[in-house]
Amino acid sequence: MDAPTLAVWKFASCDGCQLTLLDCEDDLLAVAGRVRIAHFLEATREVLPGPYDVSLVEGSITTAEDAERIRRVREMSRTLVTIGACATAGGVQALRNFADVEEFRSLVYAHPEYVSTLATSTPIAAHVDVDFELRGCPIDGRQLLEVITALLVGRKPNIASHSVCFECKRRGNVCVVVAHGTPCLGPVTHAGCGALCPAHNRGCYGCFGPMDTPNAAAQVALLRATGMADGDVERASRTFNAGTPAFIELSRVTTRREAHRDAPL
Amino acid sequence: MTHRSDRTLDVRALARVEGEGAMHVRVRGGSVETVRLEIYEPPRFFEAFLRGRRYTEPPDITARICGICPVAYQMSACAAIEDACGVVVDGAIADLRRLLYCGEWIESHVLHIYLLHAPDFLGYPSAIDLARDHRDLVERGLALKKAGNDVMELIGGRAIHPVNVRVGGFYRAPTRQDIRALGEKLRVALDQALDTARWVAGFDFPDFHHDHEMLALTEPGRYAIERGTVVTTGGLAFPVTAFEEHVIEEHVAHSTALHAHLAGRGRYLTGPAARYTLNRAWLSPLSRQIADEVGLGVRCDNPYQSILVRAVEVVYAVEEALRLIEAYEPPAPPHVDVPPRAGMGFGATEAPRGVLFHRYGVDADGLITSARIVPPTSQNQASIEDDLRRFVADRLDLPDDQLTHQCEQAIRNYDPCISCATHFLDLTVDRS
Ligand code: SF4
Ligand code: SF4
Repeated sequence: MDAPTLAVWKFASCDGCQLTLLDCEDDLLAVAGRVRIAHFLEATREVLPGPYDVSLVEGSITTAEDAERIRRVREMSRTLVTIGACATAGGVQALRNFADVEEFRSLVYAHPEYVSTLATSTPIAAHVDVDFELRGCPIDGRQLLEVITALLVGRKPNIASHSVCFECKRRGNVCVVVAHGTPCLGPVTHAGCGALCPAHNRGCYGCFGPMDTPNAAAQVALLRATGMADGDVERASRTFNAGTPAFIELSRVTTRREAHRDAPL
Repeated sequence: MTHRSDRTLDVRALARVEGEGAMHVRVRGGSVETVRLEIYEPPRFFEAFLRGRRYTEPPDITARICGICPVAYQMSACAAIEDACGVVVDGAIADLRRLLYCGEWIESHVLHIYLLHAPDFLGYPSAIDLARDHRDLVERGLALKKAGNDVMELIGGRAIHPVNVRVGGFYRAPTRQDIRALGEKLRVALDQALDTARWVAGFDFPDFHHDHEMLALTEPGRYAIERGTVVTTGGLAFPVTAFEEHVIEEHVAHSTALHAHLAGRGRYLTGPAARYTLNRAWLSPLSRQIADEVGLGVRCDNPYQSILVRAVEVVYAVEEALRLIEAYEPPAPPHVDVPPRAGMGFGATEAPRGVLFHRYGVDADGLITSARIVPPTSQNQASIEDDLRRFVADRLDLPDDQLTHQCEQAIRNYDPCISCATHFLDLTVDRS
């Protein structure tokens, strides 16, 4: 039997998530020995025609052409896996969703008319069916290898859905909120990094996006208890996963309270 | 050969570069009329959404412009914010930053040498195909690349978008014991780096030279990486604060990247060849010796030989990392306080692909009021197009597929980081 084909696709992104595959130095040649790399522009100029057994998709949809391109990629792919915050949540470029994109365009470009872009940055799943979503900005290399290995043998990837808090406890980190009063998004953030930031004496800033069942109200209360101002709570919820419903909820908890407080008594 | 006197060559989706781009060549009456390097990476508007963010956020946010050189973004951002706030970071914290940056130079250069560039010289579509015939070579490259990642993981917490960098320094300083273990790995890497330089020295380099002005940071006493002032081969010298007086960016119609030129002078080139040409005197004795051994002269104006310069810079970065490890004392605390202050700050560092400039306006509450980022690739684009114009003119008798392949190789000489430029190849040759 022929080796299964693997394709890697890029949409609006920083290339960091596909680089994660090239960064698996110890496993790269082993993986390359088990699959046929059929389309991976960052690594090879050889392009094989579809269909592809597994497509890894990095990046978000920000142009009308890309909204079309992702449909063609879906049609050519048996299994489609989105990798990273851009592909699963719209990425940091989804900050435009909360602003006036016309203003953004004219701020960055002298000739805004040369630049075609949509008013929003949206995750891949907003456009086509996605078989598995791997989170992180960037994704974690071990998790990526687990997903590829699982798909090659036809089982479900074993990716935990709990929070960064849980990983902190397992790693034996001192809780940065309790010990230092440092604001931390760990309680609502999806596991996967191994609680990297708390291990470096900093609060989690949510780069893996929301866990499956986040409690937004409790998170806001915790951030406020560390002395965080409302504007900072909103900024903290609006970074690399700003477009996810859970983090939008987080930013709204603030705005609703603010609106309430500012209302004439 | 009349059928060739007018043609259009198109290269779509250029492989083995970071990002997306295309190249259009128009040939009329047997001569090259236009060459356009088109960048079609969709815009992500970093400079716009940085406004209103807190002054502590640009290192994490701008890292996401490029997954290949996040440390460069973090270091230029820190330098600019600290400048705005009137704080100078030096001593052990600055040394730790330089060590982290050495890690990124090693990782990024080795990725380019082995996975992106070498396959062109050896006639393989990719390093994975190269590994089928020469597994030991590719394994050596991957091991050396990993040494760079090890540096970034230990100091930055992870290799892509490090979490340990902050305005003022670091969240946590690695222990001396951890740093010593890293030293062991880098001693092995030094031999691999020397072998890499000797290996690439055996490649065949087409005889192609340019006369672009070259621009780099310079710092007396050592090879400039994380700081310096700007100098050019044309004799210009200015501080980073004057960058925008000298470097003018224009928005050209065929691209979402901006093209830069030197005011009153024109196109220029930044990156490894420029650094080598301007700062060769500050290389370490061993890296200068290996530069002589692999056949680099006092300047490098052959874009194909940029692979030699990258290999020499890897030797330098490994050696420099070893020197910093030897002298390492954990800075305590690992950062200096940087209270916000209303002002404008400028920062530039040598990203693996060249000078990366940041400028921020900060208000008294510590909110960003304006942001400007000038990445290396947009600075180099005009020079790359100029080289391609001459390159294609000499090869018009080649069939389209060969010309396309050779143009791709010529572009890869510059290791254009398209994501940075906001952005690859789609080559169209219009010969009709
Ligand atoms: S999710 Fe983050 S690391 Fe991955 S491509 Fe997007 S910006 Fe880069
Ligand atoms: S702790 Fe949070 S911000 Fe830090 S790497 Fe993990 S998920 Fe990302």
